[in-house]
Amino acid sequence: MRSVMRGIVEPFIDRMLQVKTLDELSVEITALRDSLDVENLVYHSVNSTGEQYAALTYSEKWVTRYLQEDYARIDPVVQSCYQRFDPVDWQQLDWSGKAVRSFLGEAQDEGIGNQGLSIPIRGPSGQFALFTVNQRGNNDQWAHYVNENLADLLLAAHYINRKALEIERGDEEVARLHLSPREADTLKMLALGYSRAKAAELLSISEHTLLVYIENARVKLGASNTTNAVARAVIGGLIVV
Amino acid sequence: MLRYLKAGELGRYPKLADTMFADRASQFHARLGWDVTVSTEGQERDEYDATDPVYVIWEGRDGAHQGSMRFLPTTGPTMLADHFRHLVPGTPIQSPYIWETTRFCLTPGAPSRVSATLMLGGLELGLAHGLSHAVAVFDARMVRIYRQLGWPPAILGTTGTGREAISAGLWAFEPELRPMLARKARLSVELSQFWIDRALGRGAAGQLTG
Repeated sequence: MRSVMRGIVEPFIDRMLQVKTLDELSVEITALRDSLDVENLVYHSVNSTGEQYAALTYSEKWVTRYLQEDYARIDPVVQSCYQRFDPVDWQQLDWSGKAVRSFLGEAQDEGIGNQGLSIPIRGPSGQFALFTVNQRGNNDQWAHYVNENLADLLLAAHYINRKALEIERGDEEVARLHLSPREADTLKMLALGYSRAKAAELLSISEHTLLVYIENARVKLGASNTTNAVARAVIGGLIVV
Repeated sequence: MLRYLKAGELGRYPKLADTMFADRASQFHARLGWDVTVSTEGQERDEYDATDPVYVIWEGRDGAHQGSMRFLPTTGPTMLADHFRHLVPGTPIQSPYIWETTRFCLTPGAPSRVSATLMLGGLELGLAHGLSHAVAVFDARMVRIYRQLGWPPAILGTTGTGREAISAGLWAFEPELRPMLARKARLSVELSQFWIDRALGRGAAGQLTG
């Protein structure tokens, strides 16, 4: 399960790096929805001046209806996500109010799945976004899906938001990816199959320092683990093995 | 008990919140002499308290604060990014897997196991959210404490020397640390899991409130 997901999110992130416009971003989000085989994906951003941008797979009809009725007022997902930055499973929200129940019923008639995970994202200077994965299924299946895939969904959400911010600012690239020579050396050793201890010895540094280099490189590459960081560095041409 | 509270939930625990902000004034203003803002009611708050952080708080039997720390995601504004960028040269740390922790605070006279308890709470919070690391800025006096607790950070950068040194460090969230920290906190691993499950509304513990 995990490897299936990895196999989807990694190429998605690589494609995201090529995206130049919000239209292209929207296309990528729809493609991600299809490859994840979920009902819907929603990305919605509000920047510090209140400007909004959304890329989502909900039907136009539902989006229009949602805006007309100003459902954000009562949508428990929106209401709960303003003040948190940890992901929220829709199962944990209170859907019991009368207005909320009717909203939910209407949403489901419009093809919205009964399960969802919404990931709040905080960007620089008060920017805020929400990335939602929406699916149909029973509670156990969904809990299992979230548990298995949370790390990858966090990463996808992070990259979508970074890209949206980058397009909004009109930058070519947030910061051209650059590994320090030591970070590159460290990943190269690992790519060659050396253990951490051996790599540290060959680079004449402590294993502790080596771990810091790995961690820095991993963060820069937006990778979820060391193996992933090595793979990205190789693919991106940052290290040559 | 260990509480994991979002800023919006503090209002449900007025005594806990009031004593936390008062203890922060005692620690950071009175004892350490930091340049922090203390209200007329004797409470210390900063701009990050206004950005909906998550607090890990050790609550005494009387409902008062005995120790706490605060977490914010590194993708948004953080102390490290806003005030201590020089400690970590190069690409800023902005990862969905790394949260920043600040305002590590103990009530005057709190038993030493409270430090271990807070670190255990931080670990539980990180593991529960699928995080890889916590990052923090800390001064020289904390280095010894972290070492004694058996969970020292990887140092990313330091300015100053001796007692004046300020460092940024990275803590890896490893489940293997749990039993060691629980032992030092004199808590059972099960109880610790129960508290985090309850806070996140998971499992049987999630059905309870309080």
